Amino acid sequence: MNRPLLIENARIVDPASMTDEPGSVLVERGRITAVNHQGPVGVPDGAEVIDAKGLVLAPGLIDMRVFTGEPGREYRETFASAGDAAAAGGVTSFVMMPDTNPVVDDAAVVDFLIRRAEATSKVHVLPAAAITRGLKGAELTEFGLLKQAGAVCVAEGRSALQSSALVRSAFNYAANFDLPVVHQPQDFGLAADGVMNEGLFATVLGLRGIPAEAETIPLSRDLQLAALTGARYHAAQISVASAASLIREAKRRSRKITAGVSINNLSLNENDVGRYRTFFKLSPPLRAEEERQAMIEALRSGVIDTIHSDHDPQDTEVKRQPFAEASVGAIGLETLLAAALRLVHSGDVDLMTVLRAMTIRPAEILGLEAGRIHPGAPADLVLFDLDYPWQVQEQRFLSRSRNTAFEGARLAGKVMRTIVAGQTVFVHAEESPT
Amino acid sequence: MADITNNPAPATSMTKAGFPPFSQRHLLAIGDLEQHEIIDLLDRSEAMVAVSRQQRKSLSTLSGKTQINLFFENSTRTQSSFEIAGKRLGALVVNMSVKTSSVAKGETLIDTAATLNAMRPDVIVVRHGAAGAVELLSQKVGCSVINAGDGGHEHPTQALLDALTIRRHKGRISGLTVAICGDIANSRVARSNLLLLGAMNVRTRVIAPRTLLPVGIENLATEVYTDMNEGLRDVDVVMMLRLQHERASGRLIPSTREYYRFYGLDEEKLANAKPDAIVMHPGPMNRGVEIDPAIADGPRSVINDQVEMGVAVRMAVLDALLPDSEGGQA
Repeated sequence: MNRPLLIENARIVDPASMTDEPGSVLVERGRITAVNHQGPVGVPDGAEVIDAKGLVLAPGLIDMRVFTGEPGREYRETFASAGDAAAAGGVTSFVMMPDTNPVVDDAAVVDFLIRRAEATSKVHVLPAAAITRGLKGAELTEFGLLKQAGAVCVAEGRSALQSSALVRSAFNYAANFDLPVVHQPQDFGLAADGVMNEGLFATVLGLRGIPAEAETIPLSRDLQLAALTGARYHAAQISVASAASLIREAKRRSRKITAGVSINNLSLNENDVGRYRTFFKLSPPLRAEEERQAMIEALRSGVIDTIHSDHDPQDTEVKRQPFAEASVGAIGLETLLAAALRLVHSGDVDLMTVLRAMTIRPAEILGLEAGRIHPGAPADLVLFDLDYPWQVQEQRFLSRSRNTAFEGARLAGKVMRTIVAGQTVFVHAEESPT
Repeated sequence: MADITNNPAPATSMTKAGFPPFSQRHLLAIGDLEQHEIIDLLDRSEAMVAVSRQQRKSLSTLSGKTQINLFFENSTRTQSSFEIAGKRLGALVVNMSVKTSSVAKGETLIDTAATLNAMRPDVIVVRHGAAGAVELLSQKVGCSVINAGDGGHEHPTQALLDALTIRRHKGRISGLTVAICGDIANSRVARSNLLLLGAMNVRTRVIAPRTLLPVGIENLATEVYTDMNEGLRDVDVVMMLRLQHERASGRLIPSTREYYRFYGLDEEKLANAKPDAIVMHPGPMNRGVEIDPAIADGPRSVINDQVEMGVAVRMAVLDALLPDSEGGQA
């Protein structure tokens, strides 16, 4: 089964080397062994040859923020279903948030889920360990043991640290083990019972708003304490222009500061909530259009490093509720690439920048070998048709949950083949017309 | 008490005869209504006022119909008003409150909707603590749904009854200046009234301390005031809102004493309004918190008229939404 694989005639886009050229890639024993831009290469004996004419070959995507149901809520998503969804979306690795039951706050849990994911998931599952025990925001977890067990970073998932003293301590301790801290700054007091962006739209709907300052005030604190402690700090997701300004400023002083954005905050705005559509109830909330534009600009200028799906499967029981009572989150693994390519097609961002934010930048932040097309690198690859038109239909999703914010969206750009460690884990099947 | 004297309409012609069919299936929000639909509902309500003033206060236009009042929040006043309205039209009215339902046992709103729908009601009147909940429920049932208040969103029949009260006292709505005072941020009554009055070309003012003004309110009201004396100058109508006790617990309002001093309606502040200005309140009132008892019970208060108009408006809405039992589809 471990035949060599030769992908020919591809448009190779590798943000790590900033190359965008036609060429071929040879894969052997799960790794890339040759990259050739100078015409045909010899075909090794017994190799499988893929003619990728007309397709882009890029490093497999690395999604820095994915929630699984498993363990504890397998009815929402298992490693197997998340892996299938990821493979269909061209995602070859994802960071799994610790908000499971049990919470990923113990080395034994990390050990278990790495084994379990290896046995059942088609793509790499990278555990993020909780910063605090039980995600309760009080006591630190065992960062050293968690790292040894395989956690790629510490993160607080849907929750957020409130105590500045605890933030300082967590950053200090994470720096001690050189673990990246991934944290979404949220001031629970200011956000209070807010359920969408604060503004006229929320007022008209009679919903409580979440002001930008609920994000920027704790972000400012985080950045100051990251500077104080020398921690590697990744602002998990930002959503407003004023947060991007803070990141830009902090990056001038430190290379250890990075920031991410959800594809949702790049693609959608508060008007998409419409009349209480709970699939658009997200965290951070969908903001005003000018904030979305500011996120695109921040991505373009390199203030934002990474784009993730914020894939968060929720069942209808918790989503088909009045808006204020519905749970937060939307799935996104299968639409991440196509939604990001929409920004390319609209001329907002170039292809290299978009791919960079989903390949080499996450790899650098997390210290992974993947995310590049280079001899010796793991053969985690995606082949996609940049222009292939398709329409999102929830019933076609491989995810176990259906809470997509892109239902019915017409997208251009489709994953044709996904390769993990040299093995093909997804091939696009022509859809029969319905 | 101010008295309502006009309306000589004969009581016998009080069915929907004479009114064209109403175009909407539900009444979820004033924001869904066009000006002509608002006027249509007010005209229908006038007819219902006459019915309610007859010795024999009943019609049979809804006989054989089932009306469920589904109240997730307690409201004796609104629920009674809807109940009387339905009964005066001949409907079978069933009251369900959250304490006696399975909602307390963890059933979701959708489950409740499906269960009630299976009982084949013709109309469900819903009050719920969450904005949008009534609309969500309306998507899951096969009958008409009337919003009796959904969280901080809307309370459309309240705005209609307020408009009817104003029209009967002032003879018109358009061109008036109306001040809405108090907890604007959390008030569905304020939102529905601002939308209705805005659609009727009324000059609207909101008056509140800044902690009780929602973001973007300047786009919904013509003028925004934080000073009560300035805001009440030359207004035709003063609408007071109830200050929920929990708002006065320190975060938004330090004390009811201070609130009353600056935002409670007393004679001195009311003197800024036009001499013939009327005073309204959706009830229940906190006398001595947002309003001086002497004003609440005084000659410019139309608060009891509002209650009467409430029944008429709800009769009109029920009658407009439901096909006529006697004459088939209206």
